[in-house]
This record gives sequence, C-alpha cells and structure tokens, in this order.
Amino acid sequence: MTRFRLFAAVLLMGASCAASARAEEVNVYTTREPGLFAPLAAAFTARTGVKVNSVFVKDGLAERVAAEGAASPADLLMTVDIGNLIDLVDKGVTKPMPAELLEKTVPANLRAADNAWTALSLRARLVWAEKGLPLAGLTYEDLADPKWKGKICVRSGQHPYNTALLAAMIAHAGQARAEEWARGLKANLARKPGGGDRDVARDILGGLCQLGLGNSYYVGLMRSGKGGPEQKAWGDGVQVVLPTFAGGGVHVNATGVALAKGAPNEAAARKLVEYLLSPEGQKLYAEQNFEYPVSKAAAVDPTIGALGELKPDTISLVDIARNRKAASLIFDKVGFDR
Amino acid sequence: MQCGIGRFGLKWDAFLGVGAAAAALALAPVVALALIALRAGEGQWRHLAANVLPDSAYETLVLSAGVLAFVVVVGTACAWIVTAFDFPGRRVVETLLLLPLAFPAYVLAYAWLDLTHPVGPLQSGLRALLGYARPSDFRLPDLRTLPGAMLIFGLALYPYVYVAARAVFLSQMTNLAEAARMLGKSGATIFFRIALPLARPAIAAGGALALMETLNDIGAAEFLSVNTLTAAVYSTWVNRSDLPGAAQIALAMLIFVLLLVVMERMGRGGRSYAVIGRNMRPLAPRRVEGFAGLALAALVTLPALFGFIAPAAHLVYQAFLRLAHAGMPGEILAETGNSLLVAVLTTLVCVAGALMVTGGVRLMRSPLRRALLQISAVGYALPGTVLAIGLLVVLGGLDALVRGGAALLGAKPPGLLFSASLTAIVLALSLRFFRLATSKIETGLERLSPSLDNAARTLGRSPFAVLREIHLPLLKPTIAGAALLVFVDCMKELPATLLLRPMNFETLSTHLYGETARGTYENGALAACVIVAFGLLPVALLTRLGRRESEAREERS
Repeated sequence: MTRFRLFAAVLLMGASCAASARAEEVNVYTTREPGLFAPLAAAFTARTGVKVNSVFVKDGLAERVAAEGAASPADLLMTVDIGNLIDLVDKGVTKPMPAELLEKTVPANLRAADNAWTALSLRARLVWAEKGLPLAGLTYEDLADPKWKGKICVRSGQHPYNTALLAAMIAHAGQARAEEWARGLKANLARKPGGGDRDVARDILGGLCQLGLGNSYYVGLMRSGKGGPEQKAWGDGVQVVLPTFAGGGVHVNATGVALAKGAPNEAAARKLVEYLLSPEGQKLYAEQNFEYPVSKAAAVDPTIGALGELKPDTISLVDIARNRKAASLIFDKVGFDR
Repeated sequence: MQCGIGRFGLKWDAFLGVGAAAAALALAPVVALALIALRAGEGQWRHLAANVLPDSAYETLVLSAGVLAFVVVVGTACAWIVTAFDFPGRRVVETLLLLPLAFPAYVLAYAWLDLTHPVGPLQSGLRALLGYARPSDFRLPDLRTLPGAMLIFGLALYPYVYVAARAVFLSQMTNLAEAARMLGKSGATIFFRIALPLARPAIAAGGALALMETLNDIGAAEFLSVNTLTAAVYSTWVNRSDLPGAAQIALAMLIFVLLLVVMERMGRGGRSYAVIGRNMRPLAPRRVEGFAGLALAALVTLPALFGFIAPAAHLVYQAFLRLAHAGMPGEILAETGNSLLVAVLTTLVCVAGALMVTGGVRLMRSPLRRALLQISAVGYALPGTVLAIGLLVVLGGLDALVRGGAALLGAKPPGLLFSASLTAIVLALSLRFFRLATSKIETGLERLSPSLDNAARTLGRSPFAVLREIHLPLLKPTIAGAALLVFVDCMKELPATLLLRPMNFETLSTHLYGETARGTYENGALAACVIVAFGLLPVALLTRLGRRESEAREERS
C-alpha cells in the first residue's frame, strides 16, 4: 500500500505544480501552432521581461476555458480562424479589450465593434496552379466552371479555411448561389478532398490536378526555403494567383485574439496584445510567418509581396463568421467530402 | 482482505472497491457527454441523416470491415507461420512483425503518402527506370482512397491480433496439436480445427482493439481522404458550434461499438478456454528447408517491411535532412521526458487497476464485478478528443467543488487542482487504455486453470493472496505484455493529451502534431523518430517475453 501512497503523492504534486502561479507573466491559450507563435512570444519576453506561458490546443479551446471556469489561468485566447474567434466571444468566455489598445492600429473592419476581439494578421485564400496555365483575372466563381472538370485539388470542405471561403461566397451571392458554386466545385475535383494545403502544391507537381486552393503563407514558407530544398521546389514549381470574388476582392481570413473573461494577468495580457500590434510585432508576423500584417505600419514579406498586391474582399469578417455554419451545412449537403 | 458486509448484502472488498472506482471514473466523462447531448442541440439529426450519415456510415463500415479482415488474416497468419514453422530468420521476423505497433497510424499515413506520391521517391524512381518524363505520363493508383486507408490502418494495427494469436499458438495448443500430428492430420487441419478455434477469443480481442482504434482515428483518416463518422462528429462540433449534436453522434457510435463487443462476448458462449498449467509449452515448429523456407520468410517479412521498415527508413531520412537543415531542436529532451513521465505513470495505473479488476472477476465470480470490468474499459471505445471533452467537464466540476468548499471554510480559493494537470492527462490516458490492460490480462487469466485457484482457496488462501501468490507469478509475462502495450500507446496518444495538458507542457506527440497541423510535418520527423524508438524497445521485449513465457512453462513442467 505504501507504493500506492507514493503514487498518489506524485499525482498530487503534478496537480499542484500545474496550479502554482508566478508574477509578471501572461497565459495564452492558442490554436496557433507553437512553431508560429513561439518566435513572437520570445521576442515579446526579450523586449518586456514578461514571461509567456502557452498551451497549443486544436479543437476544444472554448470548452476548456468554460470548464475551467472562474479559476482558469487563461489571459488571452488566440485562434487562426475568424469563425473560431467569434465563437469564443459568442460562448461568453471573453471580455472586451480597452478601445485605446486597438483603435490606433487596427482598421475597424478587422476588430469587433466593442473590441471583444481583434485580428492580428491576415492570410489570403489563393489559387495555386500548374505553371503556364492562363489564369489572369481568375475569380473564385470561375472554379465552378465545368472547363476545370477533374482538374482541381482541395482539402476537406469542413476545414475552417474552406468553410470560411464558402461563408464569404454566401455573403456575396446568397445561399442558393453559394450552394450551386459548391456543387460546381465538387464536380470539378480531381480527387476526394483531404490532406492539407501543401498537398495541393505537391499534387499539382505530381500531375494529379492542374489547380487548387491554398493559403498565402504556405507559399512563403515553401518559396523562402525555410522548409528545406524539397519544399522550395514545390513552392517554385507552381504558379500562385490572387483570385477575387466577382465584383469583390481576395478572400482573407484572420488570426486573432480575445481577452479571457477571468484573465488573472490582465495588465500583462494588454502588454502582449499591444506588442503584437506594434510595428515590431507586426513585422514578425510578416517575416516569420509570411502573413499580411493588420497594421499599415508593417510591410509584407518580399516573398508574399511578389505575389501581387492584395486587395482584400470588402465583406466583413463578422459576416463570414456568421455564415460559417450555413457553409458547413452546404458542404455536407453537396457531398463535398464524399 | 474482506472488509465486512455492506448494507445491501454486498460484500465489499478491495477488488470490488477498485472495480467500482474504475467504473465510476470511466463512466464520469460518458455521463458528462450524455448530459451535454441532452441539452437542446440544434436539431441537426435531420441534416445528418439526409446528407452525412449515409455516406460516412458507409465509409466507416467499409473501412472497419476492411481493416478488420486485414488485421485478422495477416495477424493470425503471421502468428501461425512464425510459431508452427521453422525457417531461416524466423526469430528476427518474429520481432520485426511487432514493430508497426510503435507507429502512430497518422505518422504511417504521412510516411507512405510521401513515399508513394507521384513526386515521391518510389514513383520518381519508377519513372526514371521506365523512361517516362512526367508524372502525368505514368502514375500508380493514389493511396488516398478507401482501399489505401484500409491498407495503412491494417498495417498499423495488425500487431494487436498478431500478439494475441501468437501467445495462444505458442503455449496453449501443443498437446492437441501433437496428438493430431500423431494421428496423421495435416497442418491445415491442425490450424483450422485446433489452433484457430482455441485462439478465437484472443483474435477477437485483438481485432476489437484494432477496430476501435480505426473508429477513433481522426488524423490518418483526414490525410487519407476518408470521410468517417468521427469526422462528422468534428464538423458538427467545430464548424457548427453544436457540441450537443456532436455528443449525440459520439454516443450513438459508442453504443454501436459496445453492441459489437457484447455480441462478440455472447458468441463465445460459456466455453472455457483454460488449459491445465503444466502442459503449456511451445509446439515444436516444423522445419521448412531450402527455397520453400526462404519463400515463407519473405512472405511473413512483407507486413513488417510495409508496416515498419520502409516508413521508418523514410522517417529517419527525413529527420536526418531536418537535422542537417535546422539543427537539433532544443526542446526534444524535455518533451521526451514528459512523454515518458506520462506513459510510465499511466502504465502503472492501468496495470495495477486491471489486475485488481480482472482478478476480482475471476476470483469472486459475480455479474456485478463482470459488469464493472466492462464499464471500466469503456474509454477505449471513444475518440480521444470526445473523452477529453467529457473529462474537461468532470475535472472542471471537481475544481469548482474544491473552490466552493474553500469558500465555505473561508479559505483562499485554490487555483486549478485537477483541470489542466498531469493528473488530468494520466487519468484520461488510463481511461482510454484501460482496456488494453484488462483485455490482455483477462485473456492471460483465462488460460490458467480454475483448479489452481480452487486448490489455493481450499488451502485457506484469501482471494487477494491467490492473486498475489498464484496469478501474479504465473502471469508475469502477460502483465509485462499488458504494460508494454499501454506504454507504447501512451507514447503515441495525441488528442486527450493535447486538450488536457497544462501550459508549457509539450510531449513528443504534441510537438509532432504542432508541426503536422501547419503542414510542416517533416519538422516533426525527429519527434516521430523518438516516439517510434521508444516504442521499439518495449515491442522487442514483448517478443522475448512471449518466448520466455512458454519456455519457462516448459522448464516447469
């Protein structure tokens, strides 16, 4: 029985270690992958001396914060999809940030009216294609054109990036037209949806399809050579087009942040948000992660800049988030992933 | 060890206590899920019934059937060949065949997709060899299909059946098989009339484990473009913010899986599979010489080649490229330490708990104890994230209770004690893998003749003493085997660890996932290599144990 007691003691120790808190630190729950957030956190700590504790969670961030309740150590909640971010606000696990923190740097369409959330960086949903394919003036609507039958590769319709694109289509053209588009796109697919965005580039090189959808920062990651020579070859092997909605702009999604309702270290949390929105922080988003900064004070990385000037769509992020559920249902209805 | 008589005429003892605790812990997240499911969902059932279920239920069923057929045929056939025949390299192959166990299914999927992709080494090489210039001129079938997924899952999971069947073939059927040989029966007759029927419970148990792993997978299926029911749970929950709806599908799946388990149990009927202890020794394998022997060796090497050697070589190569490109990631040591800590603690909990619960069932046969055993293993039938969501609610509730208690006493409310802690992870993983331990130990116990227990009880030993003095020594290899299975699965586990871990706590698999989630999985190749490497040692031990188990018995008899 002594062994059991020892064992119980070890478990309790584990529990209490996790619960202890220290001064001047900020706790971040994030769906942003550690590889993308860690450099930003390190730079912030180097600048301010505030320690950043973080946990990367994929699905279930809102559920976790809600279950932890009043004792939750979370200060900031970060997501890589606007729908997931607004979901956190809707579930009541956040509280608004002070207006002066956001208003000077973030354009009004990239934050909540009551400052309950703000975008930190933007990514564009682009078309990747076989080199030499004439695609000037391509629209997202064109992807449903039967001339591409059997030529398009894409990841699952239920992935937030695609759901958000269809949600924007709904905002533009209404549910019926959006469904028609999803059906047309489905009919053009070369293979069952699956895998990730990068597989699209590889599948194009492998001759499985001629074009597909992928996010902008993957192009930067691949072409910069950061991921090694093999990926540079993938990135360089495809052409990248910035499509637009007919009569609109390029579809963008946001990574963003909200302040947790019970944030125990609110002052430090504000410092971190302030830093991430500062010219230095925004520059890191652009250079480290190949994203589009939300602040005009920072420039995009040259690799991304070379793709062409980004004219983001005018549909608001809130509208995209609101149509997310309808988009998810439509992808099911047209049997997109089938 | 008997602790008196309860008010309801129930005899409480340590066995029942552990069993009840294990069952209660296992049920808690399920009850939490059921409560979530009861909340007004968004009424998506009609949508699901019309648009999702027909297809994803079909794909799930076909995938499950295919994987089950693969693991049963390959696992059983390999186990039979390495035990009934002696051919060049048998000892090596025997171990190699277990190694895919060290691979998380999704890593195997990544590796094979890399290898077989039109721009990957296999097809590029073939094109160069055959003189084709472009991938569109010559292409092998895409792996990202239902049959491809069956193959990958089958390769990752057949060792569950192989381990179980081999244990039976090694030790349990020697007398019968020798008698049959003397009567001039053919090898085929011995296999189909003796070996297979005797191994049936073990094969079924192994197949059930493989099936549940398939049903609960999310990573590999997404990568292989298979649209499973688990994917439907995720899109309902994540994209439509309908947790009640997702919980409803998850529970429906759970009920389906439990029905399968019950049907398998009933199919066994009341037959006993016990064999008298002293006769357990390995069957003398039949020597196969020359070309036939080599052919046999080549044949049984195939699953190991495709399930381990080729993907592992690819992974090591990728890790090497990474190291050359980006250097050694600094966190890998700490992450390895965390993974080992979680795996060792969980293994201890699972094995100790499983011994008490299964031992209790055997020593004091009662329907209640049997029911507790079944309930305590329910966690294996749930996808990791779903189990974790249920646990979040339970642990959060416990923390709220503690805070409420502290407030009542006027003390300063503590922070989180249960949520987001090492305890939470160990609890989640124990619930998830308890079945691995109980299933293995139960099969081990079934092979011990009840007369051993009866004799010891007649000689005045308490049930606990029988467990300690008779079962424990006889089951040592089985227990070690159970521990190794749990350990290896803990090293691989991802979703529950991901959701329940405290801040700044990375394990090898969360690191690997952090990379795969952003599509840079080769950055995680080193972490994947370490996961596989730590899986290898236990797996190699597992083969040695199987052998030693039967050899030890031989010496004893």
